Amino acid sequence: MSSWWNFVQRQASVPEWAYPIRYDVENQVDIDVLVLGGGIAGCHAAINAARQGAKVAIVDKGSIRRSGQGGAGVDHWQAACTNPCSKVTPEEYTRAIVDSFAGYDCGPMRYIQCQESWDTLLDCEKMGVQIRDVRDEFKGAAFRDEATKLLFTYDYENRHTLRVYGHDMKPRLWREIRKLGVQIFDRVMATSLLTQDGRQGTHVVGATGFNVRTGEFYIFKSKATILAMAHPRREWTFSTELNGGSASFADLNIVGDGHAMGWNAGAEFAAMERSMGSSGGFAYIQYGVGYPDNTWYGCTMVDANGKEVRWLSHNGEELKSIAERFQPAPDQKFILMGGGLVGGAIAREVKGNYIDNTLTELIRKGEIKLPLYADLPGLPEHERRAIFGLMVGNEGKTRIPVYDIYTKAGFDPDKDLLQAPVMPPDSYRSPHYPAGSMVPQWREVFGGGLLVDWDLKANLEGLYAGGRMVYGAGEHAGAATSGRYAGRQAAKYALSAHASELDTKQVAQEKARVYAHLNKGRASIGWKELNAGLCRVMQDYCGAFRNEETLQAGLRILNSVKESELTETYAANPHELERVLECHTILTVGEMIMHASLARKASSRFLNFYRLDYPEVDPPEWNKLLPIRLEENQVKVRELPLDYHLREPYAPSYEENYQAHSGL
Amino acid sequence: MPDKVYMMPNPPTPNVPIHFNPTFCTGCNVCVEVCRTDVLMPNPVKKQPPIVLYPDECWYCGICVEDCSIPGSIWMVHPLNQSVVVNWKRKDTGEFFRLGMKNPPPPNTKPPAK
Repeated sequence: MSSWWNFVQRQASVPEWAYPIRYDVENQVDIDVLVLGGGIAGCHAAINAARQGAKVAIVDKGSIRRSGQGGAGVDHWQAACTNPCSKVTPEEYTRAIVDSFAGYDCGPMRYIQCQESWDTLLDCEKMGVQIRDVRDEFKGAAFRDEATKLLFTYDYENRHTLRVYGHDMKPRLWREIRKLGVQIFDRVMATSLLTQDGRQGTHVVGATGFNVRTGEFYIFKSKATILAMAHPRREWTFSTELNGGSASFADLNIVGDGHAMGWNAGAEFAAMERSMGSSGGFAYIQYGVGYPDNTWYGCTMVDANGKEVRWLSHNGEELKSIAERFQPAPDQKFILMGGGLVGGAIAREVKGNYIDNTLTELIRKGEIKLPLYADLPGLPEHERRAIFGLMVGNEGKTRIPVYDIYTKAGFDPDKDLLQAPVMPPDSYRSPHYPAGSMVPQWREVFGGGLLVDWDLKANLEGLYAGGRMVYGAGEHAGAATSGRYAGRQAAKYALSAHASELDTKQVAQEKARVYAHLNKGRASIGWKELNAGLCRVMQDYCGAFRNEETLQAGLRILNSVKESELTETYAANPHELERVLECHTILTVGEMIMHASLARKASSRFLNFYRLDYPEVDPPEWNKLLPIRLEENQVKVRELPLDYHLREPYAPSYEENYQAHSGL
Repeated sequence: MPDKVYMMPNPPTPNVPIHFNPTFCTGCNVCVEVCRTDVLMPNPVKKQPPIVLYPDECWYCGICVEDCSIPGSIWMVHPLNQSVVVNWKRKDTGEFFRLGMKNPPPPNTKPPAK
């Protein structure tokens, strides 16, 4: 009843903008620690910086009570190696993950997670998040520890990953932030980092932003700044017309603003050339179709005639019982599963059990008939309830979108088989069916981000990072723990640092950039058309296959768009202005990806990176990071060993470095 | 009688992700405050349900529904491009059901695990 269309039809007039327009207002905020991004990483960073006694501000484009990818909930908590039931050490878990990504993962961030994940979860419990089966619903289940009432998932033997009731995680964090007196700036888009003397590569001394409802400008002056924003998105594909923002794992606010502003300030980035496949806007309802992976891990799959698809161990041996799906094979110490690892090339030693990896061929031969179904009724009651009642019910975008809507429509996991998507046979090679069918030139950034040291500090003085800003794969507990650690480090630095003066010319230039789009008439293009145009450049010139010529041509076209269509794009209100400025981000991140792709003159299976002119895959001499940064607006590339964090000036072991830097 | 006919551009899709029942909704705007992408705007008429201004920017997270304190005043509808293939089959009878079907089975009232 209350769409804009109905309103106009009823009132015969267009409603005026709901908020006061204040493009001429300028606010200045002075603090010790500035946290940019109010998601899971940002909240933990703000909480822990404030607990050290620092004066903290936190900034988010949405409202921090519910913003960010973790804002809609969480169902499992990874790498809790120090929980009382875990049989895996932080060292073992870190090495397994880093090896799984062939070294292209942030060792310090992983190890910090393995050390602090359990403590961080206990901290969340103190804030009111339920992490135990307090009502004894799962009493006697193989995944429950009777003494602590903790519930585990994936590997019931080694117990490093917990099931949690995290649907209200974000409101709990938000309450804690308010209790600690952190200054909250909701609906403010951060647009740039401010640097000493306005020069690239110097000390970060603050940031700028504007309110996406009122348009007013913000100047933040800080002693330390934490980038806690998400990974880049809307880079290769963009279409709200198909499914709004529903088909993306990230909401529309998530574009990589932190990457772009870090890059412009001279910060150094790693693995930006890495990407993964995407189905564009055609993905299925997340967690809302039958599949045997991630949140639905362990679910039995049957074909159209009820024929069961086999489950196999990592070495191809058929598993005879459902219980075996949650156990390592006899030659494995433990197995890894869950967020950030989905579809990854998990190392053999820790590769979990999966449904038959010859499924594609069986479908082609007609031995398995589509459609497939998730056979929830065929699972033991505790397993069924853990998947559909606990995990689907607390994970992001499941409590209302799947649990509530499906059950109201009559779906009953005790009786019903939920259908899997019907896709071309090749699409069943990955067990993560909700992602849909991949198209080679449709891609997403995967793991590219800020290069950090053992303090989670960037190459710029005063700049720290947590969550998906940091290079390497991440997920909820990784964001929480790295944010927590970065918050401590930034506060420690800020409390002994002095504030630097802002460069007024740098602020004025940024302000001019931010508001330039308001003066364009609607005769020019809007943000959606610009976004879609930028995506076409990425698809064609920086897709699944790249070469020197396409990448150079891509950079030339992006630069041409920057001079032409970008300057002409209109914004008619603060919300549209936010979206246009996100296109600046998308263009800048596109340039970062192309520069990083030019630097790597080899193909890599681990990075999902293929050069037509350098087809050799993972030649040993190219197994290294190629960090990129801007210096006086020129791109600088250097080489860095994958295990830089265990070489000089650092100690040779994870534990020694953690002890020396963690401040605990 | 149809409404008066105006010149209006095509509506963006998906058309209406969020629905309100004006009988229950008090116009408190909690849903407006928790929406990350400003899909919802306060209604200029006080105490009336918000206006769904940017349906095409909805992430379909359902938080506006979860955080609403008045049952029945707000609900979410998935984009048809996704919901049309949400199908299930009753294991013992072989009956087929679809999210959005005309005569759905009775609701399953069991709440999530807590």
